[in-house]
Amino acid sequence: MNNLQQLSAMALWGACVLYAIAMVAYAIRLSRVAELKGAAAAANKTAEPEAAVSVGSAPAQASAASATVSANAGTGKTGASTPGAGASAGSRDQKAAKALGIARAATLVGAVLHAVGVTARGIEAEHVPWSTMYEYTISGSLVAVVVFLIVQRKRDITYMGAGVTGLATIALGLGLTVLYQDATGLQPALQSFWLVIHVSIATIATGIFGVGFIATALQLMRDYRDSEPRQVTNRFLKAFHDPGVRVIKGKTFRFLEAVPSPKKLEALAFRLNAVGFVLWTFTVMAGAIWAEHAWGRYWGWDPKEIWSFVIWVIYAAYLHARTTQGWAGRRSAWVSIVGFAAIIMNFTVVNLVFQGLHSYAKA
Amino acid sequence: MARVKIDNYAVADAPRLGVRGWLRWIWRQVTSMRIALILLLLLALAAIPGSVLPQWPQQPGETKAFIDNNAVIGPVLDKLGFLDVFGSAWFTAIYVLLFASLIGCIIPRALAHYKAMRAPVPAVPSSLARYEPSGREETDVDAATAIERARKELRPRAGWLGALTGYRIRIDERAVKDGAVKTNDGKERRELAMTADMGHIRELGNLIFHISLVFVLIAVGAGTLLTYRGQAIIVEGRTFTNAAVAYDTFSNGSGFDPADLQPFTVKLDGLDAVFEDNGRPKEFTAHVTLQEPGEDAVQKDVQVNRPLQVDGAKMYLQGNGYAPVFTYTDGDGNVAFEGPVVFLPQDQVYTSTGVVKVPDVTSGEQIGLKGTLLPTEVTKPGGSVSIHPDPGNPVIYFTAYTGDLGLDDGVPQNAYQLDESELSPVRGDDGQPFVFGITLGDTVTLPDGLGTISFDALPRFAAMDLRADPSLPWLLAASISMLVGLAISLFATRRRMWLVAPMDTTTTVVEAAALAPSHDGGVEAALDRALAATSGRVPDADEEDE
Ligand code: HEM
Repeated sequence: MNNLQQLSAMALWGACVLYAIAMVAYAIRLSRVAELKGAAAAANKTAEPEAAVSVGSAPAQASAASATVSANAGTGKTGASTPGAGASAGSRDQKAAKALGIARAATLVGAVLHAVGVTARGIEAEHVPWSTMYEYTISGSLVAVVVFLIVQRKRDITYMGAGVTGLATIALGLGLTVLYQDATGLQPALQSFWLVIHVSIATIATGIFGVGFIATALQLMRDYRDSEPRQVTNRFLKAFHDPGVRVIKGKTFRFLEAVPSPKKLEALAFRLNAVGFVLWTFTVMAGAIWAEHAWGRYWGWDPKEIWSFVIWVIYAAYLHARTTQGWAGRRSAWVSIVGFAAIIMNFTVVNLVFQGLHSYAKA
Repeated sequence: MARVKIDNYAVADAPRLGVRGWLRWIWRQVTSMRIALILLLLLALAAIPGSVLPQWPQQPGETKAFIDNNAVIGPVLDKLGFLDVFGSAWFTAIYVLLFASLIGCIIPRALAHYKAMRAPVPAVPSSLARYEPSGREETDVDAATAIERARKELRPRAGWLGALTGYRIRIDERAVKDGAVKTNDGKERRELAMTADMGHIRELGNLIFHISLVFVLIAVGAGTLLTYRGQAIIVEGRTFTNAAVAYDTFSNGSGFDPADLQPFTVKLDGLDAVFEDNGRPKEFTAHVTLQEPGEDAVQKDVQVNRPLQVDGAKMYLQGNGYAPVFTYTDGDGNVAFEGPVVFLPQDQVYTSTGVVKVPDVTSGEQIGLKGTLLPTEVTKPGGSVSIHPDPGNPVIYFTAYTGDLGLDDGVPQNAYQLDESELSPVRGDDGQPFVFGITLGDTVTLPDGLGTISFDALPRFAAMDLRADPSLPWLLAASISMLVGLAISLFATRRRMWLVAPMDTTTTVVEAAALAPSHDGGVEAALDRALAATSGRVPDADEEDE
């Protein structure tokens, strides 16, 4: 065990723990903001009985309230100044602000450690750190966190923090325990400029799709929670077809009240998935060029190529679904969830079970 | 009769359409967005079995074994095309339909887009009330100045490129459409209405993307026709002459005539194989001398990722191994065999197997030898193994056979296997099959006066893969144009903004609204900038969200 290896592992474990802390803090913050909003809505109710709305069934008003509350919570000012709700909301507000501070700091320091760990691994292995499943996992999750931090600078997506840091915690934890492999030199087939291009873009695309997946998951949860309950006979089937089915009950998953409306989440997910799709298209092209150089054929339908193609086609279907009548919104969101599931499949089952030229990813 | 829904249309009494009506109906279905979507999903689904089940083109051996091991389901899956998914009728049907749909979709859209690009910018709708986002701005300048300021702020650019990438502007003076139409003294009120429109490039990018997809498919198809490839093994010091018959395997598309191959020669001067101490391969380089007809011989290095370019084709270094050189002297003292024999590596440390076939013995039966080469042999309790792919201590273990090699039957034979049906093993003094090890430079005498064999040298061989596909540059061009079109289509902005300023009022109240897809996060800021310009206000910070 040399120094770099130790440094890399320690930094990554540190990042993993910090992400876990950040996840908890983000989750606390989310539920506090949701409570605050409940309080604000209750206060509104007493003040203006005519305009009374029950939060669960009125997404428009609820999200309007969310906008003011989360804006205030972010700057640490008191959210609900309405008499009656003020006192308790004030302490909740402070807790939310404190949780947010912890979450942000933990994420930031975690990301720095994470970057150190990935870099140290790269130096130790003497090649770019994305040639084995372990390396791909630590690099891909770093991209997801960095994408989150970058988007966060431009627009408030704090509500995604728990999801992203949670994903990163799992990825690092699994990477360090299950997937870990000592660094080795590269096989001749991997020694190419195209490895750097192909795999780095694939890693970045995966990270971006991952953040898009979190946005879509929140969109769907919020969407199901917001929709009016209805009499359904076959809940299983209709969950996919009938916008009226309420799978997530109004009382549960309270934190979802602190999340933007499904429409906003869908717009965010689309922009992320669009970037991911362009990068994935490039990944597949670069992979074909590399295969042409290394194996003398640009496309041979080996399992990895098949799954890259499947992922590409699913996300193309998602982009079409968004603009197809009856598929926009919920169903297209499901298509993109399936797309991300295919990415995970490609990376796990295909690497470990199916044989092919790409199977050196295992070793 | 049930009503049949086609996207937005509901067609009653579908059966009365008649033949042409039906054809038109089918065509509309095929080219509808929903069918395109379903075909895409089907395409993804249909590809998956190709990664789960063994496939004829990729793994013929495993596929055959799969059928043999699954007596019931194997042949059924084979019949249904599941063991050659990408050549199967159903997979082909899906993508042919998809591309029919795509072409049927592109043509009308291209025409519509052409018309739309040439059409003037549409006027402002009479009421802005139902559009989001919207805004209003009070300014003390008159309507003309306010609108002009907004126009300047949006910076429309001249020329077709400007029209494609920036805002296109239209300004009308017209009677007030919304609100109080007349002034108090009964005069008609007038207003200036400006439309700023951008986004043609998005649609153009989308068309480029879809058209390029068709070209990608055409290039792939042309490639299948015009391609050829062959595999050859060249031993160090030997020369290979390019001709279809010289390859171990050679295949070509129906558009290529193998007689057109140029008879260049490739001599393998040496092959460097570098391994790490633990035996992992590090680098392979084949040093070759290439001689094209009528040209000077040139020396080249071929590496795994760096093929040799020759005659419009590429020659790849696909594999390597050892080709030990033997001399077999038969019982009568004549040299019956001399030369290198290719041994195929079986594992990471290049434990390799091969056979020596000696049909031309002076007298008696033919001789066959089955050998296993251990490049760096060490003896362990369980037996001998190789611990490194480099030839540290090369030993070959042979089993010898006599009888009929079966070479004269006219049945094509595998050069790397011994057909043992007409052979019997040579036995030693103890009656057991005679197994012997031979080290480099050694000579071993076989029992029963069967002669001697010596292991003279251990050159390496290079497995070369020649491949030509004239469609590649076209495929690359189509792919790049597809990528560019896609990026434009996904990242370019499509939005329309309207500003309306009433004329002849003391303070001008500019009303504005915009129309944009929900993912356009910048539309509110853009609208605010235009509005702020009318009064000279500093626009709100460029905050995209919420
Ligand atoms: C070979 C199969 C196809 C693939 C891989 C494909 C891929 C794509 C992709 C990636 C987009 C996203 C661009 C965007 O959202 O702006 C798109 C958009 C679009 N596609 Fe396709 N497409 C295919 C076939 C078709 C067919 C058959 C049709 C016609 C029915 C079609 C019509 C459209 C339209 C209208 C859009 C624009 C959607 C919008 O932005 O509003 N596509 N396509």
